[in-house]
Amino acid sequence: MTLEEEYFRDMLRIRRFEETVLEEFKRGVFSGTTHTSIGQEADAVGVIRQLLPDDVILTNHRCHGHFLAYGGDMRALFAELMGRQTGICGGRGGSQHIHYKNLYSNGVQGGIVPIAVGMALAEKQKKSEAAVVVFIGDGTLGEGVIYEAFNMASLWSAPLLIVVENNHIAQTTPTEYALAGDIRMRFQAFGIPALELDTSNVMEIAGNTFQLMREVHEDYAPRALILNTQRFGPHSKGDDTRSEQVVALLKEKRDPITLMEKQLSSDSVSSIRAEVEQQVKTAFEIALADPVATMEGRP
Amino acid sequence: MKTTVLESLNQGLMAALKADATVHLLGEDILDPYGGAFKVTRGCSTAFPERVIPTPISEAGLTGVTAGMALRGLRPVLEIMFGDFTTLVADQLINHISKFRWMYNDSVTLPLVIRTPMGGRRGYGPTHSQSLEKLFMGVPGLTVLAPANFSIDTHSPGSLLENSILYTDSPVLFIENKMQYLQPLLTTEILSDFDVELRFDPSDSEEQFPIYCLRIKGAPPATVTISAYGFCGELARQAQSKLAFEEEIFSQLIIPTRLSPFALQPLMESVARTGKCLLVEEGTRSLGWGAEVAALLAETLGDKLKQVKRLAALETPVPAAVSLEKSMLPQQEDIEALLRKMSA
Ligand SMILES: Cc1ncc(C[n+]2csc(CCOP(=O)(O)OP(=O)(O)O)c2C)c(N)n1
Ligand SMILES: [Mg+2]
Repeated sequence: MTLEEEYFRDMLRIRRFEETVLEEFKRGVFSGTTHTSIGQEADAVGVIRQLLPDDVILTNHRCHGHFLAYGGDMRALFAELMGRQTGICGGRGGSQHIHYKNLYSNGVQGGIVPIAVGMALAEKQKKSEAAVVVFIGDGTLGEGVIYEAFNMASLWSAPLLIVVENNHIAQTTPTEYALAGDIRMRFQAFGIPALELDTSNVMEIAGNTFQLMREVHEDYAPRALILNTQRFGPHSKGDDTRSEQVVALLKEKRDPITLMEKQLSSDSVSSIRAEVEQQVKTAFEIALADPVATMEGRP
Repeated sequence: MKTTVLESLNQGLMAALKADATVHLLGEDILDPYGGAFKVTRGCSTAFPERVIPTPISEAGLTGVTAGMALRGLRPVLEIMFGDFTTLVADQLINHISKFRWMYNDSVTLPLVIRTPMGGRRGYGPTHSQSLEKLFMGVPGLTVLAPANFSIDTHSPGSLLENSILYTDSPVLFIENKMQYLQPLLTTEILSDFDVELRFDPSDSEEQFPIYCLRIKGAPPATVTISAYGFCGELARQAQSKLAFEEEIFSQLIIPTRLSPFALQPLMESVARTGKCLLVEEGTRSLGWGAEVAALLAETLGDKLKQVKRLAALETPVPAAVSLEKSMLPQQEDIEALLRKMSA
């Protein structure tokens, strides 16, 4: 497989996983809540595929894509969302609270950013040469604690990449209702160099992230990457206040999977599609048959 | 010269820094020569310059930083300059730190200690004098400790702190009290009038969190049980002694060092005998530590519990004026008055 084909496959796995979640939610297979990253798959794959094995990832409520791009097991994620014993965290965490290898997520906006700084400082102190990546959304730029964290990251030269996935909306609030000024300048104020991209091309995100991660590793200092992107699905499930036409237009212009697909041969596209379809189906069915989580013997 | 609680805590920090290179101290103004607003960290930055980190005034962010450090293999200790500012720490403590181990299905540990001084009686006013620890008691996954001013066997405020830093893999909120700092440590020699028994909860298999049980030596059986922690523990001890020698009112005093999760033994045993319990705390009275302990006693002892009383701060902010503060916070005389009433 070429790198392009691999990235295409990884994005498609996220897409088909999350489409399945949204469909099956309606049928009551899942409960609680979920946040899909349909439309933003290029961020997850483009960034995470550039990490070294010991690097650490902090992610938020919209974390399925990050987990899958990191190599997380699809059945374990389905199972976690279904509340099964075999879930990533045995059903304790659910959709937005997972830990797998060096990936950690939490559902409180902003709080993971200082934690990422602490992790980066710990890695530096241990001389492990690992770096940390933290993902936040545009809406989370409203949380004060992240600026304390930016300050400390810069002050103490934390090997940290801060990725802002700016999908121009926070739940239902358009960015222009919530954000003053310029995102890049928020980082620059703390002496953190920031790169802004406006693309759904996974190869472009990958190339730029590769370069930034190299700087983070070599300089032992933070960088920021602002990824302008588009969310095609609802914030959670069925709670999209945007009109269908608006969303359709976004899909037409900014679908990372369609963009990639155009560059691949139709043969490889159809074989990858078939492979992913089978993977998702199998993972879903196994998870569905897995035993339900219980409190027995677990204080 | 007698060792003070402050010196003991300082020795605990130094010992922990010395014992384990993953221990790091963070906090505002903790560098020498200042050594922290209350001097608990004095000398640490001189001895361990690489691992004592002066920080910006960013309590919430710093708490997150310590969480990240702990998740990735360090043992950070964070000083919050005044306990009042634990409100800024609350999101990290409640929604992040205390949850991670459990919600990640026991796949991580968070060995971290957040130390902070609570308490009034120094005229610092409404935002620098509170005892807010009740807000954090009962948070699953969080251990709340308060040292007592004793040095008995191997146990002291410093050893409680040192052991929390070095051997506790779950997050600890370590509540100091400003009035405790300058108190001398009481040893068995100094406490020659007392029988002091050290007890440990069965869940505390490493015997890290002593529960001090005090009686006047050779006294007849106690008619009232008192329980208090931190500086109120010392006020209660003085009241206990005074009433025993001056008015022949005999009580047993139980001073826990682990407030949450709370262990009902040996308090329950004592109250089962006396039937009466006085609970003293410096935080406001409603929905606090005393309320929880009283409920536990009532649930467990049924009609063996004849009387329970709480003494706590009034339900107002802590005033700055000395006279006002005195009437707002529990005093030794208040403990004595209640003991008299209860033993009548
Ligand atoms: C502290 C906090 N406040 C509110 C929420 C509820 N909430 C969850 S996601 C979200 C929107 C976040 O927007 P953004 O940061 O842009 O990320 P996106 O959802 O667009 O990926 C909100 C308000 C939360 N989880 N945490
Ligand atoms: Mg957004």
